[in-house]
Amino acid sequence: MNVLEILFYVLSAFALLSAIMVLVSKNPIHSVLWLILVFFAISGHYILLNAQFLAIVNIIVYAGAIMVLFLFVIMLINVKKDSEPQKHLYVKFIGVIAGGSLLTLLIALVKQAMPLVGKNVLLKEGSIGLIHPLGKALFTDYVVPFEISSVLFLSAMVGAVLIGKK
Amino acid sequence: MAFMKILIAFILLWPFVGFLFNGLGRNYWSKKVIAYKATGYIVASFIASIFAFLHVQAHGAVTVHYFDFMNTATLKIPFDFKVDALSSLFLLVITGVGSLIHLYSTAYMKDEAAPHYARYFAYLNLFIFSMLILVLGDNYVVMFIGWEGVGLCSYLLIGYWFTNGNYNYAAKKAFIMNRIGDLGFLLAIFWLIAKLGTVNYSEVLTYERISNLSSFDITGITLLLFVGAMGKSAQIPLFTWLPDAMAGPTPVSALIHAATMVTAGIYMITRSNILFSHSEITQNVIAIIGISTALLAATIAIKQNDIKKVLAYSTVSQLGYMFLGLGVGAYSGAVFHVITHAFFKALLFLGAGSVIHAMHHEQDIRKMGGLKSKLPITHITFLIGCIAIAGVPPFSGFFSKDEILAAAFAKSPIYWVLGVLGAAMTAFYMFRLYATTFLGKFRGSADQENHLHESPAAMTLPLVLLAIASAIAGAIGIPEMMGGHHWLAHQLIPIVGEPVELGLTHSMEWILMAVSVSIALIALIIAISTYIKKTDEEPSTAIGKFFYNKWHIDELYNEAIVLPLNRFAGFLKNVIEKQVIDGAVNGTGKLVQYSARKVRLIQNGQVGYYILFMVIGIILLFVFWFNDLSILRFFSNLNQH
Amino acid sequence: MPIQYYIFFCLSLFSIGVVGVLTRRNAIIVFMCIELMLNAVNLLLVAFSKMYYGLAAQNGVANTVGIDAQIFVFFIMVVAAAEVSIGLAIIVMMYRNTHSIDINFLNRLKN
Repeated sequence: MNVLEILFYVLSAFALLSAIMVLVSKNPIHSVLWLILVFFAISGHYILLNAQFLAIVNIIVYAGAIMVLFLFVIMLINVKKDSEPQKHLYVKFIGVIAGGSLLTLLIALVKQAMPLVGKNVLLKEGSIGLIHPLGKALFTDYVVPFEISSVLFLSAMVGAVLIGKK
Repeated sequence: MAFMKILIAFILLWPFVGFLFNGLGRNYWSKKVIAYKATGYIVASFIASIFAFLHVQAHGAVTVHYFDFMNTATLKIPFDFKVDALSSLFLLVITGVGSLIHLYSTAYMKDEAAPHYARYFAYLNLFIFSMLILVLGDNYVVMFIGWEGVGLCSYLLIGYWFTNGNYNYAAKKAFIMNRIGDLGFLLAIFWLIAKLGTVNYSEVLTYERISNLSSFDITGITLLLFVGAMGKSAQIPLFTWLPDAMAGPTPVSALIHAATMVTAGIYMITRSNILFSHSEITQNVIAIIGISTALLAATIAIKQNDIKKVLAYSTVSQLGYMFLGLGVGAYSGAVFHVITHAFFKALLFLGAGSVIHAMHHEQDIRKMGGLKSKLPITHITFLIGCIAIAGVPPFSGFFSKDEILAAAFAKSPIYWVLGVLGAAMTAFYMFRLYATTFLGKFRGSADQENHLHESPAAMTLPLVLLAIASAIAGAIGIPEMMGGHHWLAHQLIPIVGEPVELGLTHSMEWILMAVSVSIALIALIIAISTYIKKTDEEPSTAIGKFFYNKWHIDELYNEAIVLPLNRFAGFLKNVIEKQVIDGAVNGTGKLVQYSARKVRLIQNGQVGYYILFMVIGIILLFVFWFNDLSILRFFSNLNQH
Repeated sequence: MPIQYYIFFCLSLFSIGVVGVLTRRNAIIVFMCIELMLNAVNLLLVAFSKMYYGLAAQNGVANTVGIDAQIFVFFIMVVAAAEVSIGLAIIVMMYRNTHSIDINFLNRLKN
């Protein structure tokens, strides 16, 4: 058993466990915290895959900014622990079944996909995850979407302010 | 050929343009313009018909092709018109008498408001147009188009004064009885198409094609054609519409019921004479029905007191004579009688119209009398018409009627005896009418007497022209034994074949003629002497009552046919229409509404549900997308079992 | 690592996110589960990119075969950030109007 494999399994288990805890927690703040743990696990996966830039960006943007935003909103709205009435047990049951069947289906589909048999993922090596090639590609081939994304942010800012106005 | 094509187009289109012009512009034009235009178009058609007739005389028959009406692999029905001696003669009669009647109507209908005046002339023009199509068609389908057209126009014109409910009823009666006849005609056409695959005259009416048909076919087809003629030309049992059709204006009665529409049946049978000559049974049927109609109508006419009703029954009776002629094979005789009848019957009707106009719309002859001095022109022309219809030489009615009677005698003396009896009754009731109306003392009110005046020139001119025609039209058919060259028979040879030798010696023919003429003269004298003094009040004898009540035929039809049909229709309306059909339609609507109410509850506005269904949908999509082969195999396996 | 392992793992995360969206009633929790789903997809994309890079690098030549996927992931993050800001603004507004963030209560689309 390779160190890498062990690392993979540990990180995966960690992520799955935290994700389930996100669902199951009654207190929303707990859910947020568990989600942050999920993001950390995912970033660990990224580092495993040597996508260093994305790992750091994941931490900074997702776990750092977005989750903090969520926390602010939860605290602003002041959601109490048990104030949220639960859905019908029946509905929850159906929801779980639906999600489960989706999972089963997709796994079944992928399992027998021919192009994917025998292909391996390159761990720990590879230069494409580093910042230098990524930056180069971003600013030469994909500069237009890059610029447009800045416009997107502008519109998001304007939208958020507008919506928030009294 | 091109000349003829254009000429025929004009002859047909001028009346049609008149119809459109008067019909669509009836609120715009003044009465004078309408009158000039309508009459002018028909006169133009008449002049063109003269050209067509002369062309046929010089060059023989012509078939004019316009376009293919129906063109399939097995059936070809072109929109063709055939101009030969028979149709060009009919053209002349229709447009000639038609233009005279248009002229007459301009004065007779003067009191109508302008839109209605225009409506009248529009219908009249349309009628002439349809009749021309009927007569000129080169196949049964085009003839049927005209057939239907004249039926429609007779409905429109009989019910012209539509505010009166009885008149509408009469119009409906005419149309429906016509329809029954049309059904027979249509069945005959279908039979022809089924057996011969064509309806063109040039292909049907040839000896080779006919010999291909079995005698059953020929008898069936000809009987059905005769049913059509029965409806249109008012024979037993479909004749009761014609007397009721007197509800329309008098010029309409003159045109439709004397000169044109009712002769459509005769025309059709004459055109198809080859078919009829091959079926002994049908010919006998036609002859028997013809003579019975002639006698029945004559007996009713003897007792009628309305001037127009007498003339109507007289028309039915004369039509019976024509059918008798057709039934015994005297086709040219029947056509001859059609032409002469057109003249003197139109004359009689227009004269009656003149009398009615003078009497301020009074039609009961018991209130008339002594009009001879007040209405001189009407009197003289009416007298000429009466003499002509009675069959007194040298007026035209004598020649035509005698030709038919001679042929009838050659077939069977019984026909002749009955025919002479009918001729005697004709003379009797016509001169009864004449005497009661014009001779003796005036029996109406003093107010009416002051109002009596001769009709305006527009009305008397047609009367005079028709009187001249009635008098001299006999010249076209003077038989050889009298030294004449029977021009009409010679004209019709291409269509009806050589005149059949009757096997009667000349002396026999003279005797027959003398007997019928003398009997007619005796009846005439009796009538005048009886009715110059008295009038017929309600009949007292049982037979008199029977005749007066028209043999109770109308009542019989009402009980046997009309009432059961009404009850059946009521049943259909109340039960089937309301409950079954409406129930189904409304039920469908209610079902949709109900299911919509239930399905609407899916949209509960909850996002969670929406996403759930989305996920389920995605799952299903994936399943079907990646497994379509196995699913198809599954279904085909199902189908195989 | 065979690619299937990454695929199964990401699919599991994704379906956990789906279950979360279907099951929870708190709008904010639902939103967070959406973020979870996005992250799962991001991971999968990066895995694929390394797979193709590995395949191409077997020949030993230096290349940048799978870089598009990582750039895509970058943009997904961009879009997610923008979306979160707007979404939270909307949730705050709904709370202000109705004093509830229960998605069953916010059923203006009813019927």
